[in-house]
Amino acid sequence: MSDLTIGRRARLKPPVTDIGVLGWLHKNLFNTWYNSLLTILALALLAALAPPLIKWAFIDSVWYGPASACRNIDGACWSVIPHNIRFIIFGFFPEGQEWRPTLAMLLLLSLVVYSRKRERWHKSLAWFWLVGLTVMGGLMYGGIFGMPVVETSQWSGLPLTLMLSFFGIVAAYPLGILLALGRRSRMPAIKSLCIVYIEMIRGVPLISLLFMSSIMFPLFLPEGVSIDKVLRAQIAIILFTAAYIAEVVRGGLQAMPRGQYEAAESLGLSYNQTMRLIILPQALKIVIPPTVGILLSAFKDTSLVVIIALYDVLKTTKVTLSNPKWTGCSTEAYIFLALLYFVFCYAMSSYSRRLEKELDTSY
Amino acid sequence: MNQPAASSPLPSSAPPFWRDAGKRALVFQALALVIVGGLGYYLFANTQANLERQSIATGFGFLKKEASFEISESLISYSAADTYARALLVGVLNTLKVSFIGIILTTILGTIIGIARLSSNWLVSRLAASFIELMQNIPVLLQLFFWYAIFYEAFPAPRQALNPVKGLFLCNRGIIFAIPAAHPAYPAMGWVLLAVLVGGWLINRWGRRRQELTGKSFPAFRITLLAAILLPFLTWLFYGAPAAMNMPEMRGFNFRGGMTISPEFSALLLGLVLYTSAFVAEIVRAGIQSISRGQIEAAMALGLRPGQVLQLVILPQALRVIIPPLTSQMLNLTKNSSLAVAIGYTDFVAVANTTINQTGQAIEGVAMIMVVYLVFSLSTSLFMNWYNKRMALVER
Repeated sequence: MSDLTIGRRARLKPPVTDIGVLGWLHKNLFNTWYNSLLTILALALLAALAPPLIKWAFIDSVWYGPASACRNIDGACWSVIPHNIRFIIFGFFPEGQEWRPTLAMLLLLSLVVYSRKRERWHKSLAWFWLVGLTVMGGLMYGGIFGMPVVETSQWSGLPLTLMLSFFGIVAAYPLGILLALGRRSRMPAIKSLCIVYIEMIRGVPLISLLFMSSIMFPLFLPEGVSIDKVLRAQIAIILFTAAYIAEVVRGGLQAMPRGQYEAAESLGLSYNQTMRLIILPQALKIVIPPTVGILLSAFKDTSLVVIIALYDVLKTTKVTLSNPKWTGCSTEAYIFLALLYFVFCYAMSSYSRRLEKELDTSY
Repeated sequence: MNQPAASSPLPSSAPPFWRDAGKRALVFQALALVIVGGLGYYLFANTQANLERQSIATGFGFLKKEASFEISESLISYSAADTYARALLVGVLNTLKVSFIGIILTTILGTIIGIARLSSNWLVSRLAASFIELMQNIPVLLQLFFWYAIFYEAFPAPRQALNPVKGLFLCNRGIIFAIPAAHPAYPAMGWVLLAVLVGGWLINRWGRRRQELTGKSFPAFRITLLAAILLPFLTWLFYGAPAAMNMPEMRGFNFRGGMTISPEFSALLLGLVLYTSAFVAEIVRAGIQSISRGQIEAAMALGLRPGQVLQLVILPQALRVIIPPLTSQMLNLTKNSSLAVAIGYTDFVAVANTTINQTGQAIEGVAMIMVVYLVFSLSTSLFMNWYNKRMALVER
């Protein structure tokens, strides 16, 4: 008897509203009356916005045609991108030499992709980078193996954006750590110097530093000495980013319990050894999420060099759009550029999430 | 009695100065100061020499000269005949205007999106998450260019202005809408509202003190809210309920009357608000998530009403987590408003930039930009320190 009832009960299926598609809908979209209302409102919003957008972007749009084909259409004029892609990406780099920045960028990307695995972080990797950077520099500047010299003033477009952000990040990180250590130091003079530097830089917009580098800096140098405009902007970006990294790293240093310092001291480690072996590895690890936030904004902020007339990828796009043939296609070109930035930033932030998980030693 | 250690000739008693941590620190600091000082002097001397060679006059004397450039929007009266000082003041006010409105809108939008991100509704939470990802990963300058381009290219000329509702026009000259015509009732309503707010604050203080003494609560907030709506309305009725509107009209090539918001201002505000609210949403989400469920359950077990749970348990704890990063985002918004120079809104940096170009006073100009933003930041961080001290957990 009892066996039979158990068997019958086991064969009873859960109600349709709890399983499968219906169950999912019920649980995630219509579980309460206000959630149902929200769902309906959100769907209505999507229904109102999506069709005209899709019509504009895909159905009424022109993809390859000449500029004249864009004159009397309602949709997007995507052809602005294929027609100007050379200038948007490479800017004023000499015609026929585009393979050089392309190769340099591919090299940079493949080095970054290769370095992403932690088991490859050895001394050899540092040599790879050194060789890679030298080759990239050679490719960009030329002057060897019969490649004509390309002055830095002609470096523009995507290579310039990548260069400014890559070196900005790579140089600012150690500088930021030094500043953070200085701010935590017990020596009053060094501490106050670091505090003044960090607070001053963080208090002003990047634009003012870029103005400083472009119009004030030439006055600082002795007569006859001049520093390249790109390099000056690069220095401004490094100095700016370093102050922000310093604050993030300081947060990590402050989070270290005193016991760690005392244990290191009692083992007889010197200050350098304590920092290098005990404190920094832990402190830098716990601040990975905010550090990536800073690095992402450093990458995005390189676009500000537009304002001091450096031809990064945003400026080359704007120059393209100032051509009367293509005015009116700004939206399309900016969407393309936004996609480009989005891909880079999204890759960086998802890598940081993975690294954070890998480095997590908590149990 | 005798002190052998003091007179002992052992060499190890006083370590050489490079082994003495204290003396070494002194040497390091002296070295650092000398390097920084030397660098500073070197740059200063170079600058002096360069200025003399190019015969650029230094000093802020130029501030009293005539600016002779127009500024399209201004909160105070300004014309090209005014001084540079007044032009720069107009710039500061414009920066404050866009930052102030931007901060208010960002806080509202960011809070809504942050809560939507936590919604149990899958669709709403996904939409909020995509908004946050999209906005955070695109440079704010690009967003500003995008919105400005939309204004300039997608919106029609004034003659064909879009007119979605009566009294509101959208065109490439900006957003034009009707405002109530000037009438003494409106300033009076403002004063009444201010009086209600002050009174509400006093009642709230009195109510809280009475609750501490007697345990009886007083619905100060609800009374204030009611008064804030009702009293200005009564004032409006008292003045004879003026309903005349100042309608925008097409005259020649442009609109007359009503209120115009320029495309530069709209694009700047829209870009800054959308970009910053994505960051604020993440901060709000983290703040709400930082409160453990146990807190809410405990508060409910004590018999607090949902409103009281929110007001007495959730908000005080969540705000402690939210406010510090929120202020730094507000400061970021203020600093990012300097990007106005790229789309032609006349904020402080734009005016200072024009001043530098006209007078050649680069050092003074850049220094002024830095000082103005430093004042904003330092006053904000002073406020933050005060707030953190007030809100800090009182531990036993």
